[in-house]
Amino acid sequence: MSLLELNGVKVHFPIRKGVFVDRTVGYVYAVDGVSLSVEAGQTYGLVGESGCGKTTLGRAVLRLNDITEGEVVFDGTDLASLPDEEMRRYRRRLQMVFQDPLGSLNPRQNIESILSEGMAAHGIGADQDERRERIKEILAKVGLPSGSLSRYPHEFSGGQRQRIGIARALVLEPDVIICDEPVSALDVSIQAQVINLLEDVQESMGLTYVVIAHDLAVVRHISDVIGVMYLGSLVEEAPSDLLYAEPRHPYTRALMSAVPVPDPEVEDSRERILLSGDLPSPASPPSGCRFHTRCPWRQDTLCATDRPELRDVGGGHRVACHYAAEIADGRIRRADESVPATPPGPPSGADAQPAAAEDAGDASEAADEGPAERRPEPATSE
Amino acid sequence: MSTKTDKIDRLAELTARSETSTGASLWVEAFRRLRSSKMAIIGACVIALFVVLAIVGPWLAPYSAEAQTWRNEVFRNQGIFVGPRADNWFGLDHLGRDEFSRFLVGARQTLLVGVVATLLGFTVGALLGGLSGAALTLGGRIGRRVDTVVMRFIDMMLALPSLLLAVSVAAVLGQSLTTVMIAVGVVQIPIFARLLRGAMLAQGGSDYVLAARALGVRRRRIVFSQILPNSLSPVIVQATLCLATAIIEAAALSYLGLGNPDPAVPEWGVMLAQSQEFFDAAPMLAVYPALGIIITALGFTLLGEAMREALDPKLRS
Repeated sequence: MSLLELNGVKVHFPIRKGVFVDRTVGYVYAVDGVSLSVEAGQTYGLVGESGCGKTTLGRAVLRLNDITEGEVVFDGTDLASLPDEEMRRYRRRLQMVFQDPLGSLNPRQNIESILSEGMAAHGIGADQDERRERIKEILAKVGLPSGSLSRYPHEFSGGQRQRIGIARALVLEPDVIICDEPVSALDVSIQAQVINLLEDVQESMGLTYVVIAHDLAVVRHISDVIGVMYLGSLVEEAPSDLLYAEPRHPYTRALMSAVPVPDPEVEDSRERILLSGDLPSPASPPSGCRFHTRCPWRQDTLCATDRPELRDVGGGHRVACHYAAEIADGRIRRADESVPATPPGPPSGADAQPAAAEDAGDASEAADEGPAERRPEPATSE
Repeated sequence: MSTKTDKIDRLAELTARSETSTGASLWVEAFRRLRSSKMAIIGACVIALFVVLAIVGPWLAPYSAEAQTWRNEVFRNQGIFVGPRADNWFGLDHLGRDEFSRFLVGARQTLLVGVVATLLGFTVGALLGGLSGAALTLGGRIGRRVDTVVMRFIDMMLALPSLLLAVSVAAVLGQSLTTVMIAVGVVQIPIFARLLRGAMLAQGGSDYVLAARALGVRRRRIVFSQILPNSLSPVIVQATLCLATAIIEAAALSYLGLGNPDPAVPEWGVMLAQSQEFFDAAPMLAVYPALGIIITALGFTLLGEAMREALDPKLRS
């Protein structure tokens, strides 16, 4: 039994119009059927581009958004169906760290007041003195001077503010912390500190994390399992090393190919997949596979009509693509890919401008046996 | 803007402070910024002068403000007004009263009308806006409905031209100073209500409110201890600015003859109205009260603007 399990979670925001009576004219399908499970002590990373619903999903776990459908099972209890007051009490065990360190702290409360707010709400600590002692402990743990108690958020630096945000979550001694882009608002040098802090407290307090981020390097570093989201649903999920070594879903491949490699030679020769078009509107998502409008591997059958489920392809690797196996084998090629002269060789420099060679008809002809792995650092586990 | 030097200054300031020093809350910081603003100081001085005048004016006045002491002199010179002279610094008005004394005494009525009217508008407006904002933030169907009812009511008030509304109030309640206060105050209610509601809604959508919900803080506490204190500063600034408008509007109502029915009691708006008849012969009679109104309104506006800047967290360096 996993500590946190999401079963078919959907969060749809109604689009309302009308002067006197609100009519619902449609929905934004922010999160549209996500199932995943997080084991105790694990770090689950959620990645995806802006607007893919990862933040909404994170908030839905804490019921900060209304859940339209599905279950959020935490420690055997379905949070989605709990009455408000009981949910409020459950929030002690599920905490959140926010993206904007300053915006998430009330500018008119000092640190002591900010940190004791949660304890007061859950009746932890008999009086303010007891709470203060506990706050001091936590402040020491996150590396803030105890003299910070009477200071205000605007008097701290960005990294310190995020430490306060983390301390606020920690004082309640939660089981799960949802970190919504915990470091994206910070300088790169501070990011490392905050990530290390998150890892340290995870170890010492036995925490389970759900880390939402768009920075692939951060997620890779911190996560045990990574889920990739696109337009409200999970397209791929795998243990982090496996995902980075062998991305199977076309979207994940495109995402990974956007990460620069700090080696000029590799960087020059590596394959880059440029996606055409924009993210479709979540108010009217494409039929079938959500990604088929932009997928370079799109096929004429299934893709536009059937929505692929997450299927296990071995080793805890789950992919939501009808043709994941064929793409991995090289039996299906990208529409914009020029046919390499010798199938096993890496594509030449001409690939740097994939749009130039748009021979769409080639896709089916070159079907024999392509290279299974064209990435510059192949992990040949297959 | 040289942010770099600003940052260095800030750094120096931070290091200069001792490690255990207590932090400065936003109010304290805002006050510090306010003190260093020229606009605020000038505004505060003008207001202070005005308030002192309003309090001690009647004792400072050299003559009675209501008695027509030089009546005979004015009537003898039919149409020729007595200008400023050693005995009467501002000259005499059309009934032979000392204009300077009337000016000093009139300050009190003017301030009273402005402050009471604004206080009325502020209190009722903030209550309605707060109710509406709180209901909406607390959520639920009932909350939305309460908000809709209150806001439509406010919209109705807003749709009426302010002067017309004031005249109607005066027509119902009759002619008196209280009428003027109520009329001017009522006109201000929608301003405060909308402002507070808007600020509360904006704060309600902020990250720290979300964070408080995630912490498990009760909704009622979120509204009253998190959202409300953060929504007040624009309303307070607006109150200062409204004082200026209130004084002008009160003057306008007095000018239209809706003010104090006893024309002998001096008030700057009344004085302005009375002087109109004799504007050709004695323009200075209009200038004194008008200047008084303008300078006072300017004082409040200056302080209000300075407060707006001092309280705006975005302008914090």
